[in-house]
Amino acid sequence: MSTVKTKIGRRSFIKSSALAGGGMMLGFSWLASCKMSPEEVNELPKEWFKINGYLKIADNGQVTILSPNPEGGQNVKTSMPMIVADELGVDWKDVIVEQAPLNTDAFTFQYLGGSQSIRRGWEGLRMAGASARAMLIAAAAETWQVSQEDITTEGGFLYHKKSGASTGYGELASAAAKLEVPEEVQLKDIGDFKIIGTSQKNVDGQKIVTGKPLFGIDTHREGMLIAMIVHPPAFGLKLKSIDDTEARNMPGIKDIFTINVFNDGYEKAFFDTRTFNEVAVIVGDSTWEVMNAKKALKLECEPIESSTDSRDRFGRKWQEHTPAGLENTSVHYAQMDAIPSKRVEVRRRDGDPDTAFKRAAKIIEATYTAPFLAHNCMEPMNFFADVTAEKAELIGPLQKPELTEQTLSARLGMPLENIDIQMTRLGGGYGRRSYAHWLVEAALISQKMNAPIKLVYSREDDMTDGIYRPAYQAKFRAGLDADNKLIVFHVNTGGIPQSPLHQDRFPAGAVDNYLAEDWTIDTNLTVGSFRAPSSNFMACAEQSFLDEVAEAAGKDPIDFRLELLDRAITNPLEGKTNDYDPLRYAGVLKLVKEKSNWGNIDSGLSKGVAAYFCHNSYAAQVLEMRWENNQPIIEKVTCAVDCGIVVNPDAAINLAEGGIVDGIGTALYGELTFVDGVPQKNNFDTYRMIRMGEAPKEIDVHFIKSDVSPTGLGEPTYPPIFAALANALYQATGRRHNHQPFLTKENVIG
Amino acid sequence: MANFNLKINGKTQVVDIDPTTPMLWVLRDHLKLVGTKYGCGIAQCGACTVHLGDNAVRSCQLPVSAVGEQEITTIEGLSENGDHPVQNAWMEIDVPQCGYCQAGQIMSASALLKRNPNPSDEEIESAMNGNICRCGTYTRIKKAIKTAANTEGV
Repeated sequence: MSTVKTKIGRRSFIKSSALAGGGMMLGFSWLASCKMSPEEVNELPKEWFKINGYLKIADNGQVTILSPNPEGGQNVKTSMPMIVADELGVDWKDVIVEQAPLNTDAFTFQYLGGSQSIRRGWEGLRMAGASARAMLIAAAAETWQVSQEDITTEGGFLYHKKSGASTGYGELASAAAKLEVPEEVQLKDIGDFKIIGTSQKNVDGQKIVTGKPLFGIDTHREGMLIAMIVHPPAFGLKLKSIDDTEARNMPGIKDIFTINVFNDGYEKAFFDTRTFNEVAVIVGDSTWEVMNAKKALKLECEPIESSTDSRDRFGRKWQEHTPAGLENTSVHYAQMDAIPSKRVEVRRRDGDPDTAFKRAAKIIEATYTAPFLAHNCMEPMNFFADVTAEKAELIGPLQKPELTEQTLSARLGMPLENIDIQMTRLGGGYGRRSYAHWLVEAALISQKMNAPIKLVYSREDDMTDGIYRPAYQAKFRAGLDADNKLIVFHVNTGGIPQSPLHQDRFPAGAVDNYLAEDWTIDTNLTVGSFRAPSSNFMACAEQSFLDEVAEAAGKDPIDFRLELLDRAITNPLEGKTNDYDPLRYAGVLKLVKEKSNWGNIDSGLSKGVAAYFCHNSYAAQVLEMRWENNQPIIEKVTCAVDCGIVVNPDAAINLAEGGIVDGIGTALYGELTFVDGVPQKNNFDTYRMIRMGEAPKEIDVHFIKSDVSPTGLGEPTYPPIFAALANALYQATGRRHNHQPFLTKENVIG
Repeated sequence: MANFNLKINGKTQVVDIDPTTPMLWVLRDHLKLVGTKYGCGIAQCGACTVHLGDNAVRSCQLPVSAVGEQEITTIEGLSENGDHPVQNAWMEIDVPQCGYCQAGQIMSASALLKRNPNPSDEEIESAMNGNICRCGTYTRIKKAIKTAANTEGV
């Protein structure tokens, strides 16, 4: 066992004496889905005892564990409580899981993003369970008048073997809840886990398959009105005036007005990105009536002026420049291609790249691009708000509740303690729900209407008023010597308006002469986090390029990568640090090589491989496909992942499968283009999403067995699959696919 | 506005409503049956799939005035206790990630199995082509449909 100080997140373990008591359901009665079934009510315990911020134990031994982080499909609502339950020493079947509300006193890092929930929650969750177990042991020792060391626990029971005494957690919950939280607790040895590492079903599974109201968009309140927005049709425009003569008189319409999401002079924080600061709002009795009125509302818009705003990134200020003008995709690509050298910044230089290129026997060059992407969460942006002069109640899906609460507090001029944010299940997040401007909009609308409202974006608003994945370009050059050894590698990359470069990632550290440079181009399109930000492009570009280099070197693409990694392992560059661990990187490549039966070419299928490190985890993939009727038929993807300890294996496999399918869909079809600032797609009839028939027939996921603390999984399997697909497409068609999306005529290099 | 007597999940419901209102919004806004989801509003994503008689239809494109005497079944009415073979298979395979599209997927899958209790892979892909899952659970959906195929009560 390892002993740890209960320092991290200790606030959540400190109790007030008033907490132990009955009926503590922590305000969770807001959804009908959370009501107990009759069977559950019959078994309802008489009294619950809150042991710490994460859990309470009932007199009958039932355990309720709060899941602190937003659930958007990454399984944290199941896997985070599993970690608590394991250290607590109870059976998983005795656990009830509840979604915690935003509570900055009780929890730290209540975010969905960066694949960090489990990684950053790991220690605190374990401590929550272990400290509660320690308090139960202390209570038992006192009751039985025996030494704590002689007490063991299993399956929610305490045992004193010498005397034969035993009792359930429920019997001692009351006594335990009155004890001080220990300063130190012992955590289990990794090998002693009983729940972590076993596959447990999604705790919301039954509710999902029976259509219970789990999502923000399902929220209903007596007297609630429906609100929708109308925004300028093009980026680069702002609202001048609205003509609501016709719309105002349509059936069911209560009011039409405009709101300013942020006040003039407000310094926006990192996630306060908002495209159109002023939007029109239509409020009515029902969604259909409001949708009809939307069509009748006329907007007059005018061009924006260029502006420079100071923004705050967690205490670090930066200047955001927004140019005026109506932007075009064709111009974007031309701008990226012709980036002036004086705009390029050197981020890392190892050795002497210029000289190395001069003495190279062979030089390989290629350019890669990727378009803007819309997130397209299946549940459109929405939020419920009930704002009065005294308080604000908000219910819905969002990824960064703590930051959004601060933004809302500033906008309403209302203290944080008067704002209550309840988190619902997210119908997808992928980064989009980090930018919760619609929560602020919902609150402003409720305030104006003096009524509870639900703001719902139409699919068209969701897609055309987005916070997109930036557009990117990368140019690579590599030099081989006469022995086909990689002696120099150069990447020049950038984006609109963000650079995707991670200069210390592979192949940095695996080649003597290395140069990484980047640049950015301003835009008035709004961009932000999108599943595996920047990696979702760089993995494709870099791993496709390495495939070209391996081919030029006459080497097997896996062996070529392993050779480079071997160099980083055995002969690291002096004075340089890299982001990745080359041993773990090589580990996933070796595992995928073995599991995919890489050397076997009898199947007649075209194979492509790629591997990438991001969000603290490693993933390698082999994709096998046929090319039929000018379409890829993807037979199989084999995936190897190293994300440390896997908490809930089957759910982890599901998440890896999802990353792979999502990546294939985005690589083949994902694209949002702009003409004069107008997004050229606004719904799924034109924005093509991957469908069942286009998904791989089989996905085979393997995890590296590990006792390293868990790292991210929501994102790492997404970026490399783009390149595995591109490399397989090359094998199948003889053509390189350097420009996303792959399945358009002009993007195929002949 | 007009009165409609709708047969939904075995019960008759009366709504006084604009006849052009799609069933999606009748269900969600007026009858508070929110298991049927809004995804695109143009019959492209399948999140709003319900049964009209035995057929899977997109309720976002079905005006209330077009329903007439036909029986509507939503996810809430697919089974009394949430134990339709397709629902059971979804639980067994642990299909959902975010879960938002799954009610629509289940309604499409259950309609498929009702008319074709043992579909081939191609028939499954064809029947499920109208349902988008943004999380990418397609391989599990297919597996769950095969699990549910040929079981009693499909």
